[in-house]
Order: sequence, then C-alpha cells, then structure tokens
Amino acid sequence: MNDKAPRLLFEKSRPGRGTDVIPRSDVPDRPLDSLLPASELASNLVPLPELGELDVVRHYTRLSQLNMAIDSHFYPLGSCTMKYNPKRNERLASLPGLASVHPYQDESTLQGILELLYDLQGILGEIAGLDAVSLQPAAGAQGELAALLTAAAYFRDRGEKRTKVLIPDSAHGTNPASAHLAGFDAVTIKSDSRGLVDMADFMSKHDDQTAVFMITNPNTVGRFDPQVVEIARALHDRGSLLYLDGANMNAILGVVRPGDMGVDLMHYNPHKTFSGPHGGGGPGAGPIAVRASLAPYLPAPIVVKRSDGVFALDYDRPKSIGRTRSFFGNVGVLVRAYCYIRAQGPEGLRRIAEHAVLNANYLLALIKEEYPVPFGDRCMHEFVASARGLARDRGIRAFDIAKGLIDRGFHPPTVYFPLIVSEALMIEPTECESRETLEEFARALLEIAAEDPEKLHEAPVTTPVCRPDEVAAARSPILIHPEASRAGIER
Amino acid sequence: MKPTDLRFTRTHEWVYVDGDVATIGVSRFAVDQLTDLIVIDLPEVGRKLSEGKSFGEIESVKAVSDLYSPIDGEVIEVNRAVAADVQILAQDPYEKGWLIKAKIADPAQVEKMLDHDAYQKAIAEESH
Repeated sequence: MNDKAPRLLFEKSRPGRGTDVIPRSDVPDRPLDSLLPASELASNLVPLPELGELDVVRHYTRLSQLNMAIDSHFYPLGSCTMKYNPKRNERLASLPGLASVHPYQDESTLQGILELLYDLQGILGEIAGLDAVSLQPAAGAQGELAALLTAAAYFRDRGEKRTKVLIPDSAHGTNPASAHLAGFDAVTIKSDSRGLVDMADFMSKHDDQTAVFMITNPNTVGRFDPQVVEIARALHDRGSLLYLDGANMNAILGVVRPGDMGVDLMHYNPHKTFSGPHGGGGPGAGPIAVRASLAPYLPAPIVVKRSDGVFALDYDRPKSIGRTRSFFGNVGVLVRAYCYIRAQGPEGLRRIAEHAVLNANYLLALIKEEYPVPFGDRCMHEFVASARGLARDRGIRAFDIAKGLIDRGFHPPTVYFPLIVSEALMIEPTECESRETLEEFARALLEIAAEDPEKLHEAPVTTPVCRPDEVAAARSPILIHPEASRAGIER
Repeated sequence: MKPTDLRFTRTHEWVYVDGDVATIGVSRFAVDQLTDLIVIDLPEVGRKLSEGKSFGEIESVKAVSDLYSPIDGEVIEVNRAVAADVQILAQDPYEKGWLIKAKIADPAQVEKMLDHDAYQKAIAEESH
C-alpha cells in the first residue's frame, strides 16, 4: 500500500457529520432489550462512519474510476470472453414491461416475457444443433451441474449405473467440480503434444462405466479438436454421452453446431458468448441444451406454446430433475442475450466468431517471437502463450507481466491457467477490438519483455495499491477495519 | 535424504523407502513450479492411500494442486511442522519438508517408480 490509496470511509469520518434525515416515528418508543434478547445485542455501538452525502458519493465514484472495466480498458482475460456489453441491451432489458413483471403474476399477464423466453429456447437449440433447452440454471457452472444431473437421471431411468465422467486436463476447474457434485468420479484425460485430447489415454480410460465425456471445443488453449467426431463415436458405441462446455462458443458461433460434432448436451455462458455483463458477481445464466433423448429429464418448468397459441410454464414433467433455481432463473440476463442474438441475426453471429478468431490470430502473430505459443501458431478465439523462457532467462514471470500491463493501461490476461502450460498467459481479445488496440497491446507486451526485471518486480506502480504481499494476504487476511475490530464487530 | 536415493513419480512426489515404511514428499522442481506456497492440507494418521489417488492438497499463489500418493498403504505419521508452516517445504523439500510416512502395502509399486536420473529426464522433457 502507498500514500495514493484512497482513505477509507472510516478514516474520513468526523463525529456528528452524518446527514441522515429520519422521519419522526409514529409508533411509541420501546427499549431495545425488550425487543431482542441480550445475547443478540452488541455490547458497543457500531462505529458507523459519519460523512456528508457528497463525500460518500465522491468516495464511491472515485473507487469506481479505479476499476478496470470493458467500458474503460482493453480486457483480454482469456476464457472469459470480455466482449463489449451493448448499451442497447441494457435499455431494452430495463423496459418496464420486461423489468417490472413478477413471476407470481398470472400467466395471462406474462405472455410477452414468456414468448421471449420461448423464442430464446428455440434459438439456443438451433445454435446448438440440439433439440431441447432449459434456461433455468443461474450460471455456467450451475448449467454444468444441471446438465450432469440430467444425464444421471437419464442413466438411472435406463437402469444403468455409470460412475465416471472423463475430463481433459486442459478443462475449466468447474468441470471436475460439477462431476463430483453430481455424484460421479472425475477422471482426468491427458492432452497430447498438440494440446488436443490424447486419444490413447482416452481409449484406455473409456469403458462401460463412462457416463459422460466433458469436452471444451475449442479448448482452453484455443485449439479446435477435430477428433471430436471420433470421440463422440467411441462414446456412443458404449452408450456414453458427450458434453460440451460452451465457454468457448464465441469461436464457433454460427460456423459449427455442437450437435453436429456429436455433442449430446451442453451449456452456454450468455455473459461470455451473448454479451451479458460480467460484473458484480452476477446474476448470471447458464442455459443448457440437450438431445431429445435427454429432454424429459431437464429442469422444470420449461416454457411451452400451447395449441391455442398461449405461452405457459410446463411443470408437468414427471421425469424432470426438478428446479435448479427459484422461479425461472435470472431472466434479466436472458433478455440481454435474446436482444444481442436478435440484433446480430445468423450472419452477424457467424461474423462474430470469424472476427474473434481473426483478432486472436493477429495478436498471436504480433507477439509470438517474444512469447512462444507452445501449441502452435494458429488458434481459435484465444491462445495461451508461455513466459517460461523470460522467467528462466530474465526472471520475468507471467505474474510480473500481468502487473506490468496494469501500469500500461491494460487489464492483464488470465495467468497460470490452463495448468498444462508453464508460466501461462491466456489471451482472448474478442471480436470487439480494433486493429489499433491489438497493436498497442502487443507493443506493451514486447516492451515488458525488454523491461528491467527489477522494475517489473515492483509493478504496478501507477495504482493506489501497488504490489500486495499475496502470500501474507492469503495466509493471514485482515478482513475487518481496526476501528470496527475494536468495537467487537467481528463477533 | 539425498535426492539420488529417492524414487519419483511423474506427478513430482518422491519416496524414500526404509524397510516397509515410505517417507513421501514433493520434489524441488514441483516446489519451484508452484512458486509461493500458501497452505498445505495433509491427511490424518490411519488414512488409507491408493496409488495415483489424491492424499492432500497444496495451495500456492498460482493454483491449488493435488498431492498424489505414489503407493498403496496407510499413513502412520504426518509432518505436523510442515502442515503448520508450509515454508518449511519450500526451503527444504527433501529433509525437513517431508510430508507423510506410510506403511507400504506393495513394495513392487516403488520399484516401478522413476529413479533420480529418469526423473531428471522427465522434468527436462516437461519444461521443454
């Protein structure tokens, strides 16, 4: 920390400066201890900071300006598809007819939003090349879990006991976590020297106990695995299913349909592929699409169009795994995805994928001499470069490069993931960036590669908080302001 | 323990055999790859080990990684000092930084592990 760090509200507080205006109470006062048991009461007054309203507004505005966001900075965070979130989507999603409806309203008054969701189910099914869709899961990882539970219900219904889910070592960490939560054993499949599925390892681990193979295609090193058709055939021959982690759909949108690759079930990340906002920890959405044979087990309800043209929520799904989210999932982010898809149209979606791949390949070509890309110099929507040589020869690690980029006005790429590349820098520019932005970013990376390592070890130097001690922060975090701590708030 | 007296796995654990007791740790290479270590999770005494299965976790600023048991067996001793302060492992992976001692169920499994030279070759390939 240095002296540029904004002071906390606690530190700016002055006794008596509060500007709260509380109306006169119209019920008689009662002593606090007659309302709550003593054990629930704090022994000291909570030391809430006291400030003028304008001071508070300036404080939070300043903090928001310190943030790096897609609206202010190039944000090539690999695997996250940090594309522009069109303002049009925000405007449309906040229309009162969409934003103010309530799930407890009578269905006859919800026809507009139900029709939109019904159409979105159809659109996502079409893009996937699959038959049925549930919009309910609240995020990508919950979509994975819901889909694996759907697969588990499918096998149970067929009287089959299958224990294994096969997952490549380049996969997102959510894959094994979801498999485990769904009651399966996660079995790791190695990558080969090309960064693709090691077919020998796959064949040696695939047997009648395999329920699902979870593939990410293109995968996290930005390679499309053409073996997917062969993998699907081997799986289907033994009654197993192929799952697609849809995190990287931005690379193949409108070009390849997962269903045509042999995929049986998948999830989407609308906040990645369909321009939903990433911020604030949510709300997200993780719609899933499945083949007809799996449709009866999808979460309920599903939006249906009855023969009289009325849209309804169908709860009458006896084989369904049930609800995965209250009401109907996070509708706001689904509305944004719908607006984005409808604004782009089929040709627009394809162009997005093509430009995402072109941008990534252009950036790769600009930096590959200084930052070698172990899995080849062609990629899909993202690529993983390695700072191994720089770390070995000059003591400049991926971590230092990330910090140096902050000083140069760029959000860092994902670092140290996937684990199969040492000193990994995972870079995904998205289709939204101009050639000039890509060139500026490449220049910054090349400048960093030639920088004095000692200086880089200090980076970032332009931020209010410079390089924190990450080990100390993780081992003994201080989560409570001393002022609050003194007042016994940690209780 | 001299590294040349140890056997290694491709997942970077080492084993030192004394009679039917194996002392298990992780290699200097693995520690260097993980960089700054934060915390380690070790099993309880009595825990059954299976070859290739996780017996604990190690967290660094980069990632959380599994520790894989090189053998089948049973944990008979845990290095409490390392569990309390993982920096001991960072400083001295082959002596003070050992992780667990286990009763060996099948000595043939140790024979299959890499010797020091073969392990050096394997990590040279990995960092290639």
